[in-house]
Amino acid sequence: MTETAAAAELREPPRPGAATRGQAQLGRVGDFLLRSILPLLLALVTGAVILWAIDVDPIQYYKDVYSGGVEFAAWQDSLMRVAPLLLIAVGLIVAFRAGIWNLGMDGQFLLAGAVIAGVGSRMEAHLPNTLNLVLLFFVAGAVGAAWTIVPAVLKARYELNEIITTLMMTFIGINLAQILVKGPFQDPTTTTPQTRAFDFTALLPAIPGTDSISRRWPGVHVGLVVAVLAAVAVWFLLGRTSFGLRLQVLGASTRSARHMGLDVSKLIIVAFLLSGMLVGLAAATEILGVKGYQRADWNPAFGLWVVPLVFLARLHAIGVIPYVVLLALASIGGDFAAQNAGLTPRFTLLLVGLTLLFMALTEWVARRAQLGGSYLPGASYRRQRAEGAG
Amino acid sequence: MTTVLAASDVFSEQALTALVAGAVLAGVPLMFAALGELVSQRAGVLNIGLEGMMLVGAYAGFVAAYHGGSEWLGFGAGLLAGAGVSLVMVLFCVRWGLDQIVTGIAITLTCEGATALIFDAEFAESRPTLGATDKVAIPGLSDIPVVGGEGESNGSLFTQPLVVYLGLALAVLVAWMLRRTYMGLNIRAAGDAPSALDAAGVSVFATRSWAVLFAGAMAGLGGAFLSIVAAGLFQDTVVGGRGFIAIVLAMLARGRPLWAIIGAMLFGASLSIADWAQVAQIHISTDLVFMLPFLLVLLVLVLFGRRAYLPAALALPYERGSR
Repeated sequence: MTETAAAAELREPPRPGAATRGQAQLGRVGDFLLRSILPLLLALVTGAVILWAIDVDPIQYYKDVYSGGVEFAAWQDSLMRVAPLLLIAVGLIVAFRAGIWNLGMDGQFLLAGAVIAGVGSRMEAHLPNTLNLVLLFFVAGAVGAAWTIVPAVLKARYELNEIITTLMMTFIGINLAQILVKGPFQDPTTTTPQTRAFDFTALLPAIPGTDSISRRWPGVHVGLVVAVLAAVAVWFLLGRTSFGLRLQVLGASTRSARHMGLDVSKLIIVAFLLSGMLVGLAAATEILGVKGYQRADWNPAFGLWVVPLVFLARLHAIGVIPYVVLLALASIGGDFAAQNAGLTPRFTLLLVGLTLLFMALTEWVARRAQLGGSYLPGASYRRQRAEGAG
Repeated sequence: MTTVLAASDVFSEQALTALVAGAVLAGVPLMFAALGELVSQRAGVLNIGLEGMMLVGAYAGFVAAYHGGSEWLGFGAGLLAGAGVSLVMVLFCVRWGLDQIVTGIAITLTCEGATALIFDAEFAESRPTLGATDKVAIPGLSDIPVVGGEGESNGSLFTQPLVVYLGLALAVLVAWMLRRTYMGLNIRAAGDAPSALDAAGVSVFATRSWAVLFAGAMAGLGGAFLSIVAAGLFQDTVVGGRGFIAIVLAMLARGRPLWAIIGAMLFGASLSIADWAQVAQIHISTDLVFMLPFLLVLLVLVLFGRRAYLPAALALPYERGSR
């Protein structure tokens, strides 16, 4: 896919002069609209038709999504949902750019969450709160990273397909998290399988200024700042450093990376660890910022939600932010709207899935129309696999 | 699935029979789905949408069995519905060469949303359930204690619904087909060297399309088995990640259907042991039992690490003339 894109770019004559540059700009805007907004619109329209078919007023539904996700101070809930989603998204971007399919996000997320919920609520009495919170962020990152070591080493050493190993690690991780929550981390004061809850005041502090807006909402926690900083850092790392370039080369072609003399095994392991660490941090923002404890049956399965966005943003760590905000809004507002309309909250899943399908479809149409520039890593993955086999 | 037992007779014949019956009941849906995924993978298409196809199969199968009053209608509907969903995969990934992982995740998400929505709209109040399925006892074998299951309410290895035997026969047939027939050769070539297949004058598109349709149909059938036989009802968690487990089983089987059956049954057994241990009041965490099979596989991979066999062109769209 990228091959044809690159070829198309080469074929295009250089555009000197201001007037033609304006045209090029228009082309870029049109391209953006076609590739990003169109799939979203198509999904919303299809969703509206489905809603209409089951006797739900689609306009009222989408209005409810807006009011449940934005109005009053609900935007605070949406922004707090942004934090974990964005951290998972940038975690996936690091891996996907390096051509690594880390599909074990949910295991990494839940395990990191369980460990900090269990350990943190006990350390809370013995440590100053700020130190405790900072330490817990490190712990969460470490646990998330640790959970990728096995797939990373197996891929680096034996070229074992990471889709299998990360999926297996995710099953193990989810069950291990439940064992931890029900066993050593169980809150002794309740029969519900859950960890001890943090003292409410010991959770992540609010971003100054957001805590006094509404009495019902305590303000947006600083996890959001962590997430945005992480996105900027990943953007810088991937786009502005030699390490980022090396990762991209690896993602584009393992063979080229070897020919360049890069230490492919090391790169694979580092990319995996970084990816897992960011997913672990996502769990820290959710547990320390919103939940305050972890229940054994809690599994928000954020991972699959985020994958489409990462591709919509063409694996761009800052470009993904608007999509994440939109998804956070849709998931918070969607719960409210679904409740109002008497529907299952899983309707939002349908919208996300449809967006992804339409996105793939637009990709195909755009490719036929020779627009160039693909956001799907198919080409690089394909080349890499073909070389690995050859 | 669960039989009420006193703690003292956990090793009784009845309890062990329940254990075997549970293993088969949990293993069969995995077997169907893994078998389909395996054929699709050998043809070079990584079907990550298996979970969604199982869900749609489970829903369609349940509705057809509920309204039609026959489990065969349900199995048929599940099969068709799964194949129907996989048409999207055929179109997107085989015809148009779009990314298989992205499309697969899209299919899973859409199906999860859609089945939950339609089921809620249709059965939100009634939450109907289905009766028990008729079982066929194999003469002679069904008299064997523990694995026979003659007269047991949940049956055992040799007293199962007819569809289980058909499924096992199908798995053997698929194994033979992949190994010994031209069709199997074509399917393997589509995964290992699609351009060679093309050069030999066989359509890569057609071969892969049929393989993907087969995977969808099998996933749908597995889903229908889950909702009709294993659970007797539909809810949006009825599949609960089994699609992804089936994908892993198919990959671990390294392209051999009989290994996929063994893997599915072992996994079914571990699910069943969890139930059995609970009844037996053996204090072993069910979560631990669930993760044991994967833990063992990973341990084997780490200790005896070797390159896993996967078709060379897995997850790569075929474009004529491209290198």
